[in-house]
This record gives sequence, structure tokens and C-alpha cells, in this order.
Amino acid sequence: MPTETPKSAGPQALWIVLFVALFAVALWVPLYNRIDPTLFGVPFFYWFQFVWIIVGGIVTGVAYLCKA
Amino acid sequence: MNWTALSVFIVLFTAVAVLGFMAARWNSSGLDHLEEWGLAGRRFGTIVTWFLLGGDLYTAYTFVAVPALVFGAGAIGFFALPYTLIVYPFVFLVFPRLWSVSRRHGYVTASDFVRARYDSGLLALAVAITGIIATVPYIALQLVGIQVSIGAMGFTGTGLLGALPLIVAFAVLAAYDYSAGLRAPALIAFAKDTLIYIVIIAAIIVIPSQLGGYAHIFAAVPRDKLLLKPPVGGNLGLYSAYATLALGSALALFLYPHSVTGLLSASNRGVIKRNMALLPAYSLVLALIAFLGYMALAAGVQQDPQFATYFKQYGTNFAVPALLLKSFPSWFVGVSFAAIAIGALVPAAIMSIASANLFTRNIFKEYLKPNATPRQEASTAKFVSLLIKVGALAFIIFLPLQYAIQLQLLGGVWIIQTLPPVVVGLYTRWLHRWALIAGWVIGMGWGTWMVATTGFTSTTYALHLSSLTIPGYAALYSLTANFIVSIVLTVVFNAMKAPAGVDPTVPTDYVHDVVETSVLSAEPTGEI
Repeated sequence: MPTETPKSAGPQALWIVLFVALFAVALWVPLYNRIDPTLFGVPFFYWFQFVWIIVGGIVTGVAYLCKA
Repeated sequence: MNWTALSVFIVLFTAVAVLGFMAARWNSSGLDHLEEWGLAGRRFGTIVTWFLLGGDLYTAYTFVAVPALVFGAGAIGFFALPYTLIVYPFVFLVFPRLWSVSRRHGYVTASDFVRARYDSGLLALAVAITGIIATVPYIALQLVGIQVSIGAMGFTGTGLLGALPLIVAFAVLAAYDYSAGLRAPALIAFAKDTLIYIVIIAAIIVIPSQLGGYAHIFAAVPRDKLLLKPPVGGNLGLYSAYATLALGSALALFLYPHSVTGLLSASNRGVIKRNMALLPAYSLVLALIAFLGYMALAAGVQQDPQFATYFKQYGTNFAVPALLLKSFPSWFVGVSFAAIAIGALVPAAIMSIASANLFTRNIFKEYLKPNATPRQEASTAKFVSLLIKVGALAFIIFLPLQYAIQLQLLGGVWIIQTLPPVVVGLYTRWLHRWALIAGWVIGMGWGTWMVATTGFTSTTYALHLSSLTIPGYAALYSLTANFIVSIVLTVVFNAMKAPAGVDPTVPTDYVHDVVETSVLSAEPTGEI
């Protein structure tokens, strides 16, 4: 049987602030609702949000590594 | 009839069906217990959970409907991007607590947790019923994925003959679900996700080169669809709709029973956290899937006479199948359509298992047979999962497709009403159980009413605040009302000293973990 150990909750405040900032940018439409600058012919609206998903993934990954 | 495509399709589909039946033997210690059948013994490790959740959340309907929305409406369809960005960090922060407390106390559903936390059978019933009614139309919609792909290969019978392939597919699904429980979709998810990845990668390499590159594709998109219309006067227009759809959908996703089932089957807390760091890989896939809508637009599939009858029958949902038919050789069309059809089986299986778990634990055991043995629980859940699938099938065969789509839209508005008891409950039980019930009633009522004012065609409701008009996702608006009622009435009930019930959980339960067993460990309790 695996042994069961209670773990204490660490301070999450910093990560929450970072995630909220990440979300705020993703939800602030006027920031990216534009065509220029285009990247390889792709309007800003599309490539920015695509890049932002990658940034979000990286931040979540780092958050995991720091807490692990 | 496209025989090459159909043959490839049948071979792949059969192979996957065989895989599903083999799942019953996969590291199982008997399926006579609900935790074994309905949660696979809570033994899934990081990789299995990754495939399971990916297979679960990105459904065949997603694969068809997201590009269809982009194809028909343009930029607004891309709300799926901020949505998937938000959902994983949110789950990363919140849901390990649900896993921990459920593991500690043996909860199988979110409703089990609510039942104990608030000492309220009624609140738990509300959460369970919401889960079931939000999920069943979603299962029905999975069938649409299968239906569209079979139809696209030239199988266009009418009446019961036309429904035959669907019935066969669902009989296969029902049989392996019944015998193997959650292990079946978990095993099939490997095949499903691999196939979907292959199709998407092929599509983003092959199709743009046929269409002259991404710049060409975007040039073909009508100017008014390319961006969200900016606010005019006091109307925030698509800006507020886009943001609220993204946020509301993200908050709702992991309240769905099939998501909770996927989470609770994880073997430890680390598995969930690791997955939330790894699942954004699927977000990229979703973004690429959305682009298929524009590729279909650039390829001019709607103007192509060979697809005219299909567009008439399936509407914009035919955009992706048409694009695949137009761009790929027959054999690969077979692979693609098999990916969509198998992609329907995984979520449909998990959804019906999750609904069956809810019925068994929170309706059957709570109200009908309180002293049910684990064996009776498992057999009830198996039977109910079968019943739910038959219901979903009848839904698609006998009722207009529009009903399933409308109910699934409403499902998102409904399921988000369980957020206050479930998510807030993971941190505090300050909100009073009776206030939460009242909040749920208001949220469900107002949410449904808002969608009804659009004739059940849209979940975007134009809220008027003095001179400002804010079109937004009805789920988020009704959730706000739910919260206001819950908070105000909590103050009232506390002042009246209404009994708050007994909470069996303690703060350490929410951060409880199981030490990870070594991969090499041969213990039967280890993860798989």
C-alpha cells in the first residue's frame, strides 16, 4: 500500500497574480483585435493569441516545476 | 460510395473496438466495485490521464463544430483560444483539492463531495441532476461526428437504414463500456489522440501548400469576419461576447461530470498538476483545428457543387469533412473520418460513465436504495450507462439535430451553476447550503430564460446596464446572479441561525496526497 501523507498548502499568491495577469491579457480584446503587424501573412489577432497560449503553457509548466 | 475511404475507416474502427474489449483485462482487480468500473480504481498515471483528458475534452463535436463556427462566423469562433489558455491554470490551482478530498473520503462524483461538505442531500441532488442533463445532449452530439463522417463517405440511406451505422457504432461502444468501464475509453484514447494528431499535422502541412500558403488563406477570409467588430456607441458588441464566452467556458469545463471523472481517476495529486502543465499541448491543436475553418473558406468548399447536398443536410458542420474530402486522397480521408468517429467514442464513453456514476451515487444510493452494496452500485451504474446511450441515440435518430445543439448550448449555462457549491466549497463552507440551493434555482432559471430570448439559437445575451449594452455569455451572467443570491441569503440565514449541518472534512483533507509509487513497482495498487 502507498503511504498517505498530508502536505501543507504553500503560499500561492504570487502564482495567482501571475495567472490573473495572463488571463487579463487574453481577455482584453482591444489589445489584439488588429491586423498589423502580420507574421508570415497571419494577422496579429491570430498569431498573438497563438503565441499567448504557448506563453500560458510555459508559465503553467514553470509553476509546476517550482511547486514540485 | 467512396469504397477506399470506407474500407480504411472500417478497419481502423474495428481495430479500436477490439482494443476497447481488451481493456477489461487491463490491470483490473475485478469490476464489481463502482470505483473500479467508474473510476478505474483511481490508478491512472500521468500519461494515461493525459490521453484520457485530452480524448475526453477535445471531442469529435469540437473537431467539427469549432471550425464550423469559424467557417460561418469568423473571428468570434477563436474564443476557443483564450478559453483553453485560462482553463488549465485554473484547474491547476483549484482541482487538486477536489482530487485530494475525494481520495480521502472515497467520493466518486462532485456531487458526493457537495453532499458531505454541506450535509445536504438536496444540494447534492441539484448538482447531480445538473450534471446529468448537461451531459446527455453532449453525448448525443458526439453521434453527429460519426453521422457526418459516415454520410460524407457516401452512406446516405434514409430512415432506419441511414441510422444503421450509428446504431452499430453505439452498440460497440455500449458493449465495451459495459464490460470494461472507464478503462475502455482510456485505452482507446491513445488511438484516438494519435489519429487526431496525425490528421491535424497532415492538414496544416498539406492544405496550406495546396491553397498557396497562410497569407493566401487569410486573404480569402472576408474582411468583416477577420476581426471582431469594435464597439459602436454604447454597445460593446463582439468584444464583451468574445471575452465572456472564453471565461465562462473555461470556468464551466471542469465542472462537467466527464471532466471530474477524468480527474478523480488519477492516482495522485502530482498526476493532475503535471497534466495541467502538459495539457496546453492540446490547446495548440485546438487552435490549429480552428484554422481549418478558414482553410475550408479559402478552398471554397461551399461553392463546390459536389458538396451542395451535404451542406444542405449538415449546414456548416460539413465544412471540415468537405475540406478533408477535397484535399486528401481517399485512403487518408478514411483515416481522417475514422479519427473523427473514434474521437466521438472516447468522450461519449466517459460522459455516459460519469452520468451513470452521478445517478448511482447521488440518486439511486441516496434516495432509492441507501444500503446498496458496492456490487449493486456497480451493476446499477453499468445498466444506467447503457440506458443513457440508448437515450442519446434515440435523441439523434428521432429528433431534429437542432434540439441536441440547443440543449448542449444550454448545458454550458446549466453546469456553471454548480460552481459555487463545488469550487467555493473546496476552500470554504461559508456559503450556506440553503442559500446555495436558492442561488442555483435563480442561476438555472435566469440562464435558461436568457437563452430562450434568443429562440435557443445563441448563448450570447445583450445585457442592458443604463445606457450600456453588453452582449455576453449567459452562463457568466447567470453565475453572477447565482453568486449574489447565494451571498445575500447566506447573510440572512446566518442571522436567522439556520442550521449549517455537519462537515466531515478537515482542512488537511484538501491537500492530502498519496506518495507516488515507483514505475517499477509490481504492486497491484500502483498506477497504470
